[in-house]
Amino acid sequence: MFETLTDRFEAAFTKLRGRGRLSADDVDETLTEIRVALLEADVNLDVVTNLTARIRERAVGEELSRALNPAQQVVKIVLSELTASLGGERLALTYASKPPTVVLLAGLQGTGKTTNAAKLAQWFLRQGRSPLLVGADLQRPAAVEQLRTLGGRAGVPVFSHSRSPVKAASASLAEATRTGRDVVIVDTAGRLAIDDEMMDQVRRISKAVKPHYTFLVVDATVGQDAVSSARAFHDSLALDGVILTKLDGDARGGAALSVKEVVGRPIAFASVGEKLEDFEPFHPDRLASRILGMGDVETLIDKAESAFEAEEAEQTATRLLEGTFTLDDFLSTMQQVLGMGNLRSLIGMMPGVPRELRSADIDEGRIGRITGMIHSMTPAERADPDIIDASRRQRIAAGSGCRPADVKSLIDQFKQMRSMMKGLGGLGPKRSSAGSRARPAKQPGRSKQKAGAQRRGGGRTTPKGPKPVSKAPLALPGLEKGDWPGFN
Amino acid sequence: MTPAVVVVLAVLAAAVLVAAAVLVARRRRRTPTAGIDGDSAVGQLADRVVDRVAERDPGAAAEASGSLRDRLGKARAALAGSLASAFEKPSISEDSWTEVTEALIRADVGLSVSSEIVGATRARVAAGSDQPAQAVAALQAELRERLGGFDRTLARRDDGQRPSVWLFVGVNGTGKTTTIGKLAKRESDLGARVVLAAGDTFRAAAADQLAMWAERSSAHIVRGAEGADPASVVFDAVESAAARGADLVLADTAGRFHTSQNLMSELQKVRRVAEKGSGTVTETLLVLDATTGQNGLAQARQFTEAVNVTGVVLTKLDGSAKGGIVVSVQTELGVPVKLVGVGEGIADLMPFDESEFVDALFA
Repeated sequence: MFETLTDRFEAAFTKLRGRGRLSADDVDETLTEIRVALLEADVNLDVVTNLTARIRERAVGEELSRALNPAQQVVKIVLSELTASLGGERLALTYASKPPTVVLLAGLQGTGKTTNAAKLAQWFLRQGRSPLLVGADLQRPAAVEQLRTLGGRAGVPVFSHSRSPVKAASASLAEATRTGRDVVIVDTAGRLAIDDEMMDQVRRISKAVKPHYTFLVVDATVGQDAVSSARAFHDSLALDGVILTKLDGDARGGAALSVKEVVGRPIAFASVGEKLEDFEPFHPDRLASRILGMGDVETLIDKAESAFEAEEAEQTATRLLEGTFTLDDFLSTMQQVLGMGNLRSLIGMMPGVPRELRSADIDEGRIGRITGMIHSMTPAERADPDIIDASRRQRIAAGSGCRPADVKSLIDQFKQMRSMMKGLGGLGPKRSSAGSRARPAKQPGRSKQKAGAQRRGGGRTTPKGPKPVSKAPLALPGLEKGDWPGFN
Repeated sequence: MTPAVVVVLAVLAAAVLVAAAVLVARRRRRTPTAGIDGDSAVGQLADRVVDRVAERDPGAAAEASGSLRDRLGKARAALAGSLASAFEKPSISEDSWTEVTEALIRADVGLSVSSEIVGATRARVAAGSDQPAQAVAALQAELRERLGGFDRTLARRDDGQRPSVWLFVGVNGTGKTTTIGKLAKRESDLGARVVLAAGDTFRAAAADQLAMWAERSSAHIVRGAEGADPASVVFDAVESAAARGADLVLADTAGRFHTSQNLMSELQKVRRVAEKGSGTVTETLLVLDATTGQNGLAQARQFTEAVNVTGVVLTKLDGSAKGGIVVSVQTELGVPVKLVGVGEGIADLMPFDESEFVDALFA
């Protein structure tokens, strides 16, 4: 299939990275790659035009002639242009001094308004607010039932009116005041931007509730049309922000660039999975760096901080680096990591992960089997897998419904990784010394680079079955040897 | 960044590495596309198109965040304008072809396929002609040829047995449930006895939604509990259909991303189990949203690999989106578009017609 935007940029920049100086031709060649990449990633043609024009203007000029390393310059320019296009700043939500704060969701059919209304409600709950969901979609059969079910799951009450969406919306304000809810989230029916009657209806809903925030819900898989529908909604409703959904697929979300450019309002939230908690504030800088193959370390840290107990993590890390990491530790770490969300999206956020791994299929069903195998071991076996011989393997396999070979490959990989991580121990003091406390973008990169080297040296054995990961060292592209001066 | 965060990161990096090493099943198959990397022609085309847009709208960048409304208006109008102007001139120039490419890209046909189409069209008119009328005819002929020649009837069992099962698959929010509702009505009106299988047991109230369509189309519906095994729901529906002597089972499934291996395996199971009893799956229809961009081809490819898609339903074509991605889907995968959804009403479903589609692409 099409390579992702990240892959394309990586290809383009690999060419640049090999050169000392950059000619105008080089810039043009890179721009060609970027244009093709952006168009394939569904960025609107006009937006591609604007973006590449700005990049060229900055790349071919004074700025570049002074540069010591032109490749870095271009990377930086592209990154900053992408970040600027994606929003530059994040939306900071403030609450109305006289509650309730009203949020209106609108968009085309099937973009995920109802699901994201519930996600947003849960997000407000977590912020210590008490939201009320309002079902103003009487168009689609059972849309209000869907909202009620989701509201029940999130623990948020749902209000609706069986006959009129406008009435449902306007009456909800009194309901919120009566029941003491301080945030009202209005879910509206999906509508086509060219459907005048329906657009008029959503305008009337908007007039009735006077929303503090109006969000357009945009599907990340959308193509060139993203621009025209976003513009129509913006003209009708004066949007305050965008919620970008379906980022859990492999669509790169070029639509986000298009919509942002046209609407000129920040992308406020991103929906990254089917569960209610797969929803987070959108960070333009993060998506921009992710697009450029630099990983998304900030989100990773956020997630890690909420999923791990700091002390416990510190102990686990110590054991990991000392090589006394047990299968029990592995199990609990694994469960915590899974608590952070979809494994594949986590890997996607790590900088420098090779394309093969990033795009690999991760069979999450195997997690259950691995858990089963570890649970079938005795405490002694978990603490010291070396004592597992053929007969113990047989027992474990029988206990977890696997083949003995599966048990063996799990243990082999565990040991191998344990020794690999032990090798990292030497980096420990350096890493946590206050003086060289690295910038977030560099930290994991450094450890992973080392991990890659270690793996190579360790004569990694490939388990049975299809080849698991690329043998390429897990280096951080573009960040070697103190690259990126003054820029992180 | 506090030291604690650094530690957390280290653990995390380790854990993700482990998980990746243990869990990565196989490398995703990478199918070579139209050789974009090595194909500088496509890159040049991208440059030409983008440069053209830049020339035409020198102030586009500054204008972008302000009022672009007047510049583009509704997408259909814009596209019509750009294509009309390409062939309005007394003779065809290089510029005209770039304009055609641009129109195709804006219709989501995709860069490399647009380039192929324009190349093939130029070859058709190569014989020294620069008459715009001939070029238009050649372009339309080229597109019709690419889209034509498929059997678009919805298959039933040819062994005289009942029921036939039509399975609906696709990513989230494309309109599977709505399409089934409309199709149930159509087939019922044509005299078929239809059973709906509420195989979307994941999305909240999906079965309720389908039940309302069942009522409108006076079809029978078989549903399971929320979270039930979709394969068992479909199996029950097939058996119920067989017991009632129904002709058709329209099986809904939960929206899923083609990148989720687990959910794709679940779908394969649904398809298998649908044929375990008295039914035969005669159609597996991929529901594709007309607003979908280039990701649509990835969707179609993965669903076809997993459950052998026999046709595409292109939904939401009543909007400003053109659905140009089906050109790639049909030419690259040989899967024809069989139905088109043009609204939320129960009658808003039409058979696909390549001539009308091609006209609409430039209308």
